[in-house]
Amino acid sequence: MGQRILLTSLEINIILHRLACQLIENHGDFSQSVLIGLQPRGKFFADRLASLLENVYNVKNLQVGYLDSTFFRDDFRRTDKPIEANQTVINFQVDDRRVIFVDDVLYTGRSIRSALTAIQSFGRPSEIELAVLIDRRFSRHLPIQPDYRGRQVDAINDDRVRVNWKENNGEDSVILINSTTNEPA
Amino acid sequence: MNHLLGIKYITENDIQLIFETADHFKEVLSRPIKKVPSLQHVAIANIFFENSTRTKLSFELAQKRLSADVISFSAAQSSVKKGETLIDTVNNILAMKVDMVVMRHSSPGAAHFLSQNVKASIVNAGDGAHEHPTQGLLDSYSIREKLGDVAGKKVVIVGDILHSRVALSNIYALQKLGATVRVCGPRTLMPRYIESLGVQVEYDLRKALEWCDVANMLRVQNERMDVSYFPSVREYTMQYGVTMDLLRSLDKEIVIMHPGPINRGVEITSEVADSAQSVILDQVENGVAIRMAVIYLLAQKLAQ
Repeated sequence: MGQRILLTSLEINIILHRLACQLIENHGDFSQSVLIGLQPRGKFFADRLASLLENVYNVKNLQVGYLDSTFFRDDFRRTDKPIEANQTVINFQVDDRRVIFVDDVLYTGRSIRSALTAIQSFGRPSEIELAVLIDRRFSRHLPIQPDYRGRQVDAINDDRVRVNWKENNGEDSVILINSTTNEPA
Repeated sequence: MNHLLGIKYITENDIQLIFETADHFKEVLSRPIKKVPSLQHVAIANIFFENSTRTKLSFELAQKRLSADVISFSAAQSSVKKGETLIDTVNNILAMKVDMVVMRHSSPGAAHFLSQNVKASIVNAGDGAHEHPTQGLLDSYSIREKLGDVAGKKVVIVGDILHSRVALSNIYALQKLGATVRVCGPRTLMPRYIESLGVQVEYDLRKALEWCDVANMLRVQNERMDVSYFPSVREYTMQYGVTMDLLRSLDKEIVIMHPGPINRGVEITSEVADSAQSVILDQVENGVAIRMAVIYLLAQKLAQ
């Protein structure tokens, strides 16, 4: 019952620095690489990583975009809730670039699948990687794994993992919400 | 609701949702690949009992951009000529497992009639002189795009109001979004009791243009005129045609719209149609995004 804190603000900060360093190890000065935050929640994570890379690790001319894959999802007409789209902003070429998808939680893998299809409308990246803050282990519906992960979490299927960001939730934290609570998701 | 029969039957919130969805589709249409797979399990029939170029192409393209399966027919080549009734025609199409019907018909209420009698989602693409909802939506959407907002704007609809379904859908859409609407045209082409819709009638074009932010110029619909409504085209043009000289003589820059097809030199001159003040081609571009939004939102509610 109730909720449990998986990551505190301090832990998230340490993880962000580690992930930024891992990205630099693989992508150097990012001249051939772009960060794409997956809407809606990957945007905040991508912005945070980008600001660290630029301000702390001195990466120049980092290109950051946001991709909404609502129209590419496989659950259209399968849910009663209307699926609302978000803004896509990709003001650069992705053709022959190394694309890094950034999302907060990797769960079934279905939204990553839709993002992989959606990005093709913009061109043919030379490579696509995936960076996630939380990797929910043993819950994948598709053969999709992250290249960079903040923390691996075991959560039973009815649980929810909520990532809060200072920018829109007042504080940085990751919370595991038990299915029996009435907490709004 | 599973149909779009007219703007009269939808709310301001519905319109805003359609606009927000259309914003996303406009972005999709700017991508190198302008297609999304959302509706790949939906089949749509476009049945046009009246001539159309823009609307039919726009609907077809919108449906294809959403990956729907599309069949289109025009009444001229169909069994309607052999005496088949509307319900029979549509039910035969539906028997081929079609989920949605986009229909244009010369009788007002045809779309409503169909929605009561067949099991499919109906989109009205124009029913006689009644409504043309997607045109009303895309006109308001184009005003929102050009001027930032529709609320508080002053829009005059000029020309053949009597035979115009575009006028009625525009009046409903603009008023629901908070704009003030006037209509302007010769007395013979002004429907009786039009004031009961909350619009003011202005017979003097110059006064109407001096008042407005946007002028939506309608086509004189000769094909719907059984008698002569004005002495000559030349006289109509002299009184209700917009020229560059007239626009320059106003103390402000107004937006010129036209739902097409234009009779160049009748309701507006070529110079006006091609001027920077005209958003005529933006309207056509926005038409695809608006129709994608309408079809996408309706398809969400289709039974599995």
